[in-house]
Amino acid sequence: MTAVLALIPGLPFAAAVAGLLGSRWPRGRAGRPDPAARRRAAWFAIAPLTGSAVLTLWLAGALSRGTRTSEGFWAALLPGRVAGAYPVIDTGSLPITLSLQADGLSVLTGGLVVVIALAVQVYSVGYMRDDPRYPSYTAFISLFTSAMLLVVYAGDLILLYVGWEVMGLCSYLLIGHWWEDRANSRAAIKAFLVTRLGDVGFLFGIFTLGTAAGSFRIDDVLRAGIPEGTLILGTLLLLAGVAGKSAQVPLQTWLPDAMAGPTPISALIHAATMVAAGIFVIARLYPLFLGAGPTLDALAVIAALGMLGAALAALAQDDLKRVLAYSTISQLAVMAAALAAGSDQAAIFHLLTHGGFKALLFLCAGVVIHHAGSNLLGRMGGLRTALPITFVTMTIGFAALAGLPPASGFFSKDAVLTAIADGRGALRPVLFASALLTAGVTGAYATRAWLRAFFGPARAEPGAGHPPESGGEAPGSMLWPLVALAVPSLLFGFALPAFGGAVHGETAALGQAAALLGIGAVWWAWRRDPEQDPARLLGPLRGVCERGFHVDAVYAALVTRPVLRLAGGVGRADVRVIDRAVRGVGGTVTAVSRLVRLAQTGNAQLYLTGLLAGALLIAVAAVMSG
Amino acid sequence: MHVVYPVVLSALLFSIGVYGVLARRNAILVMLSIELMLNAVNLNLVAFDIWAGDRLHSGQALALFVIVIAAAEVGLGLAIVLAVFRTRKTIDVDRLRALSERERADDDAEART
Repeated sequence: MTAVLALIPGLPFAAAVAGLLGSRWPRGRAGRPDPAARRRAAWFAIAPLTGSAVLTLWLAGALSRGTRTSEGFWAALLPGRVAGAYPVIDTGSLPITLSLQADGLSVLTGGLVVVIALAVQVYSVGYMRDDPRYPSYTAFISLFTSAMLLVVYAGDLILLYVGWEVMGLCSYLLIGHWWEDRANSRAAIKAFLVTRLGDVGFLFGIFTLGTAAGSFRIDDVLRAGIPEGTLILGTLLLLAGVAGKSAQVPLQTWLPDAMAGPTPISALIHAATMVAAGIFVIARLYPLFLGAGPTLDALAVIAALGMLGAALAALAQDDLKRVLAYSTISQLAVMAAALAAGSDQAAIFHLLTHGGFKALLFLCAGVVIHHAGSNLLGRMGGLRTALPITFVTMTIGFAALAGLPPASGFFSKDAVLTAIADGRGALRPVLFASALLTAGVTGAYATRAWLRAFFGPARAEPGAGHPPESGGEAPGSMLWPLVALAVPSLLFGFALPAFGGAVHGETAALGQAAALLGIGAVWWAWRRDPEQDPARLLGPLRGVCERGFHVDAVYAALVTRPVLRLAGGVGRADVRVIDRAVRGVGGTVTAVSRLVRLAQTGNAQLYLTGLLAGALLIAVAAVMSG
Repeated sequence: MHVVYPVVLSALLFSIGVYGVLARRNAILVMLSIELMLNAVNLNLVAFDIWAGDRLHSGQALALFVIVIAAAEVGLGLAIVLAVFRTRKTIDVDRLRALSERERADDDAEART
């Protein structure tokens, strides 16, 4: 059983190694994509991932026959638990155990990761058809999948952190996939640095908790009676890492820029899995967070600010991918709100549905962008006839995002709203109001993007896109994943009873009312003038929202510019003080030696006179001193 | 005989030698002055050998060494003086300043004269 557990992340890792080392060999002609290498890379990418998916399914089957050991809806569905004892690394103080564990939470999240990764890999075969670096691209996706599965199945905090950091690395590599464009490589560096800032806190949080508990094993940490002060400190530090990875306020600025990467990457890493890892980690360590009230209050503030702000920003964006990126921040904040309100079940339920429909939306956006030849909503329009399958699947995705029944988002949003309404903490009313407003704005921006992309007059410049040669909508490898993801996005909510949940009439009605209000407002604005952007509803706020509330500018003024000025000062000090001192010493020595050189007249008798005078002086001194 | 007589004599000889080395211009006379200094030392060595009553007469032995070395030195020195005279047409040590440290270019011209 534990071997199976190790194989689930191990297979994609092997695929990454094979893809990086094997797919380039034998070398084709330089500078031209080698079709054989591409085919091999695609096999390396997809086959091991399928193996992981099958193993996950088998693991789920095994767990469903176990005995219930813990609370939570996943425990109702998959009550069993597998924990593997693996080698212990002795560090001198606290040992690191290379242990893996699987319970309902891990298997559900791991299953989501594997399914989305598989869909993205299949989709990439078509999407990255003409890319010369396709083999390394798929290998990095495999490495990312492996790292994410390691995070999900890790039984030790240090092991979890390893996966966490490798994910960050893969995110950096894949955002910068088209690094020839300077803006892309800058976005990659920004994402790396901002998430790293949070990861410092995350690592120290692990140290704090591990030291207090006397072990890094998650089970031991959860069981240890950690004093409350230490617990609050440790969880707050962890929260910094979570805010960085999940792009929450105040570290959210990297995610919209991360859309510079290829669209499938945005679907996998920056919508469904990596950014959700922060939520997963909190859920995994939830008993600790429940014991640290101030941390959950801080999380509530972050969530309340993040979900509404990001939703408003999404409403004003013109770039389709940035709309989805801000929407991701907003939806992750909704999950964080559920966690802050005390319900990890609602958060994980929303994580699962959101992972599915947001990946679907991004993959659809990829097809749309390929067809329109531009990311900008202003260049799209009237695409529903040209892209019928994408239209249907993306409509399902937007319906799920807006929380309309019967799509999955309706059920999970309702679960979150109910959790907040019944939740804990003094900030509950603020959180609930923010969540309702967010539901309205979410409906508005989803409708706006949907209308701007698929309805109205066609605004694409002729010849801008590059539709496939066969003349169809897109290659089959791109359309099948859409259909495969659309089905659970539409129907996953009906699995709710299996999770032990139910629809709650009152909150569901409130949420629906808010969403329909937002949808209706945008619809009305659009009906009045289909040429105009419905974002004009925001009025004078529009410019502020479009620039993400100027957070980037504030950070530039508060952090970037002072640091650059300091660096400039240090550089100048190096040149002006240290270098000048070194050169001054050299110059002084040269000047003094020029004086001394005057004694070198070439007259040997003069030298001898000096010698004699010196000898006499020494002799006299010796005699005088006795 | 009191030891002071040979010591005073050798001091006078040495002083004359020092004066010659430092003040004479002719290279041959400089070398002769060096011989004077060496012989002053020899005189000292022999005198103190007797005065100290050294049974092994190491002072006299050392004086013989100095004489041998002085002969070799004179041979070598005269050869150098000859060679200098052949190339520079002068043995005036005041004008042999090719090794002086000067930035002006005229030292080469001076060395050639």
